[in-house]
Amino acid sequence: MAEVEETLKRIQGQKGVQGIIIVNAEGIPIKTTLDNSSTVQYAGLIHQLVMKARTTVRDIDPQNDLTFLRVRSKKNEIMIAPDKDYFLIVIQNPSD
Amino acid sequence: MSTFFSQTNMLLMSVWSCFFGQDEEDGTEMGEGDEWMQGKTLIKPLDQLDLTEAELKEEFTRILTANNPHAPQNIVRYSFKERSYKPISSVDQLAVHFVLEGNLLHQDSDEARRQRAKQGLPEGRYDFQSTHAAGGEDAGDVEEGGGEERADSVESKAGKKEQKITNQFNFSERASQTLNNPLRERGCQTEPPPRANFSATANQWEIYDVYLEVLQKQEKNKEKAKAVPKKDDDKGKKKMMLVETQSDDITKVAKVAKIIERMVNQNTFDDIAQDFKYFEDASDEYREQEGTLLPLWKFQYDKAKRLSVTALCWNESYKDLFAVGLGSYDFTKQGRGMLVFYSLKNSTFPEYIYPTTSGILCLDIHKHLPYLVAVGFYDGCVAVYNLKEETLQPIYKSTAKSGKHTDPVWQVKWQKDDMDNNHNFFSVSSDGRVVSWTLVKNELVFTDIIKLSLAGAVSEGPEGVQLPIMACGTSFDFHKQIDYLFLVGTEEGKIHKCSKAYSSQFLETYNAHNMAVDAVKWNHFHTKVFISCSSDWTVKIWDHTIKTPMFTFDLNASVGDVAWSPYSSTVFAAVTTDGKVHTFDLSINKYEAICQQPVVAKKKTKLTHIEFNPVYPIIIVGDDRGYVTSLKLSPNLRKKPKEKKGQELPKGPEVEIAKMEKLLSLLREPENSNA
Repeated sequence: MAEVEETLKRIQGQKGVQGIIIVNAEGIPIKTTLDNSSTVQYAGLIHQLVMKARTTVRDIDPQNDLTFLRVRSKKNEIMIAPDKDYFLIVIQNPSD
Repeated sequence: MSTFFSQTNMLLMSVWSCFFGQDEEDGTEMGEGDEWMQGKTLIKPLDQLDLTEAELKEEFTRILTANNPHAPQNIVRYSFKERSYKPISSVDQLAVHFVLEGNLLHQDSDEARRQRAKQGLPEGRYDFQSTHAAGGEDAGDVEEGGGEERADSVESKAGKKEQKITNQFNFSERASQTLNNPLRERGCQTEPPPRANFSATANQWEIYDVYLEVLQKQEKNKEKAKAVPKKDDDKGKKKMMLVETQSDDITKVAKVAKIIERMVNQNTFDDIAQDFKYFEDASDEYREQEGTLLPLWKFQYDKAKRLSVTALCWNESYKDLFAVGLGSYDFTKQGRGMLVFYSLKNSTFPEYIYPTTSGILCLDIHKHLPYLVAVGFYDGCVAVYNLKEETLQPIYKSTAKSGKHTDPVWQVKWQKDDMDNNHNFFSVSSDGRVVSWTLVKNELVFTDIIKLSLAGAVSEGPEGVQLPIMACGTSFDFHKQIDYLFLVGTEEGKIHKCSKAYSSQFLETYNAHNMAVDAVKWNHFHTKVFISCSSDWTVKIWDHTIKTPMFTFDLNASVGDVAWSPYSSTVFAAVTTDGKVHTFDLSINKYEAICQQPVVAKKKTKLTHIEFNPVYPIIIVGDDRGYVTSLKLSPNLRKKPKEKKGQELPKGPEVEIAKMEKLLSLLREPENSNA
């Protein structure tokens, strides 16, 4: 348990990381370092995206599964790592 | 009835007599006329004419003719023949009183036949006698109707087929109404079952998931069936299960968090990752014999800052994972140590961390089982760690009772499994023993393989017993192909060639160096060649059949470690305490290094170890500050033999051997000629 906390702290301390959100399988954010409104917005939108991406990958080959998803935009990069019950969202600005 | 009949009869007769023209109205023929007349009493109307008797006796003549009084008598028609109107002589006097069209057909007429055919009765005359009889029978029923009726009924009865034809005239519909039971509505209402909205998708992969789960459950059941007698284990498992469910919130994110961390690192060190993968120094084309080392990631761990890197080892199975042993070479500053594993994918934080009580001096990862790590400590212990286990303690550790070394263990190496399929490894230590350790069940069992005794030197022990002084082994290496053959380097500067079979004698001894032999390594390709380095500033290359070195290189500083490259038989690298990495390629330059590069920022840091990655063109270098730096080899350092025109590029270890052999033969020939 403490290891995971430490890992999250390290991620937060990395250069350019703006926020971390942990969302559960239903799309409800459990833990976040951003403010409430942004968190809810991110969680809702990204949840749908992840589901779509996952179904795409698995429809092509059911034995395959989504490992992670990167959405790079002009201002920052959103990294999503889905798990069976949770997924983790990290927003980083890599050029900082 | 009879009177009526007679009356009508009389009427008819009187009518007929009128028509036949009887002049007088005489009732003499009809006796009954008077009766008819007498039925009425004579009443004188009031406005009757009063006539005289003479007028009363006047006879008036009435003539009854058959002329129709209404018929016109002066019909004139135009005659076309005479072209004039002419009166018609005879005028139709017939007065029609009543017309009734009947529907009797003669039975032999066409229409009758057609009708019979329609009704399905056969043609032909009927038997009148039978019909009469039938008619007679029916007389009672039928008498009320007219005669026509009889004919029909006759027809209906006389059909050869006993088909009942509905009576068209005397047909009465009969209906009766039954009692309708009164209807009553009765209903009862139950409580509606609880409802919930359910929606799901059934994709191919969801089906696959479910099947997998079922499979896993089945396997678990099988295992449980097997493990039923072991009740204690089950209890233990149950406890484990409870613990897991309580803390399932954050720990489940662990794996995902790891992936994210790597992703973030990849972003942060994006340029390094790109360099690692794709960068090839283009300037090497212009520098014929020189190469460069491109610094990539730098690995450091906070808690290991005061320790120096004492051992490095790449993992054979996971090409990006390497182990770092941390401790101290300083005799006076002995404290704790650490075993740390890094992955190239995450340079900011180690993957595995094991703190140890004593400084680590050497480590080795098993070739086939990437989770088994053998470690040698400064206090003489050896331990085996299992990376799969959650605990931070080694799974095996040698103790004073179980034959641990009395001096620091300088080198450990895994061997092939012995005949009982137990894992075993060797260790060499300053106490002069080369020991083989076997992992038997829960223990480490040790066997002294050889004792390094100083030849000739004998010391006096207590009670006058002469004890041989042990040499201090500082490094060893096993031959790649010949299993039993190995080399041991000692603190005295000698290298002994030994065999596992012979425990007391050396096969060969080389007077290698003036100071302790820090590293000795066999060549990966050429079976006869090995390299050694020492604190006496030299690196020497040997052919084990020849007692003198083939090549000697002076590096101007104490050499910490030397390593052969896994891709070429003539390339090797050495690190020195002045912070430089020297890379040699004997096929290009036999006397000098093709690359001499300082690697660390601060000049006082000493480089302690170097290792080539078996797959990628990178090397890792450890220093005495606890840092590990990774460097990429430029193309010049990785040269493969040039292809000759027209020939295919030969590949494989044979080429490398040939290359080395060629070099050696050049050296041997002058020697032979000299000798």
